Amino acid sequence: MDLIQQIKPIHLDVLQEVGNIGAGNAATALSQLLNQKIDLNVPSVRIIDFQEMQSLAGGEETVVAATFLRVSGEAPGSMFLILQKEEAEELAFSLTGNKVNIVDDSFDELAASALSELGNILAGAYLSALSDFTSIQMQPSVPSLAIDMAGAIISAGLTEISQVGDYAIVIDTLMGEAEDSDSSTATGQFFLLPDPDAFKRIFQSLGVDWS
Amino acid sequence: MTKIEQAEVVKVGMADWKLAEAPSTIRTSGLGSCIGAVVYDEAKQIAALAHVMLPDSAMAKNKETNRAKFADTALEDALQSLQQWGCSVSRLKAKIAGGAQMFSFSSNNEVMRIGPRNAEAVKEILGQYRIRLIAEDTGGNKGRTIEFNPADKTLHIRTVNQGESII
Repeated sequence: MDLIQQIKPIHLDVLQEVGNIGAGNAATALSQLLNQKIDLNVPSVRIIDFQEMQSLAGGEETVVAATFLRVSGEAPGSMFLILQKEEAEELAFSLTGNKVNIVDDSFDELAASALSELGNILAGAYLSALSDFTSIQMQPSVPSLAIDMAGAIISAGLTEISQVGDYAIVIDTLMGEAEDSDSSTATGQFFLLPDPDAFKRIFQSLGVDWS
Repeated sequence: MTKIEQAEVVKVGMADWKLAEAPSTIRTSGLGSCIGAVVYDEAKQIAALAHVMLPDSAMAKNKETNRAKFADTALEDALQSLQQWGCSVSRLKAKIAGGAQMFSFSSNNEVMRIGPRNAEAVKEILGQYRIRLIAEDTGGNKGRTIEFNPADKTLHIRTVNQGESII
């Protein structure tokens, strides 16, 4: 049966909490890294088709810096940390002190490495919190950074999902600097896209019925 | 399907295909591992553009999924539709772009190699229909936005880092 027919409001609530816990831990890590207060939006959990997927992170052609990793184990899935162009440049500046343009050919290697490591830390924080919360073993791949069109990047995480159906369930969490901070806001966006097979295991471990 | 007389840009989404007739152009955005396959009839100035995600409909785990998602079924349907518009398959030519590997992973995971596999599949299917592949820009690790003009048969390819090219 298609996912979309099985999912009920309680499932969306549970996934929202999953997103909250993962991104909460990641925001704490980011806050320590930047020595700034980081705010989290309440995660939104949505069932969306591929057209909407492509424009999840802004427009299809919006340039973003994305860290992507595959999660294997009992609850496989894809995970993205998406930084809009300005946000990525802002963060690279905070971390390295270099002003960079991420679409420039001569994009600073140090800044690229810093962004890559940032993605690594945040994604790791997200997943370890998730793994603790659900007591599901999650083995992340080595994260990989790409700077390109949002549509092209997101499609890389859809291979598994697209073999099963035409919809994906995405847990989307936005982070930003706390409003009272005096510098400009840098935000990032987490997407967790569990593979269709993963839902059974996630709900089971959290004690929610899943037919 | 109604023919479009006015010049406009026909937009094709992910896992979809459409037809366009000159003076209209046809476009799809944000191709990553997906392939944008253009099959066109020079004389009639009609083109089909398919934005396919996966190489083979045999990969579908749920048989009721969208046929436009897979290279084989998308091209089959698009070709049928081109024939309904009076194109003959023997006259059709093709240009393709996409099939990138957006992220580099050290593992040789088949899931990650989906871009190259898509490109191989599309070329093989075109071969089966004896459709000549005139030009291609596939592989690499860059996203592409493409727009085909059926009037002059040019395929414009835009990337973030390497500007625009025409094949």
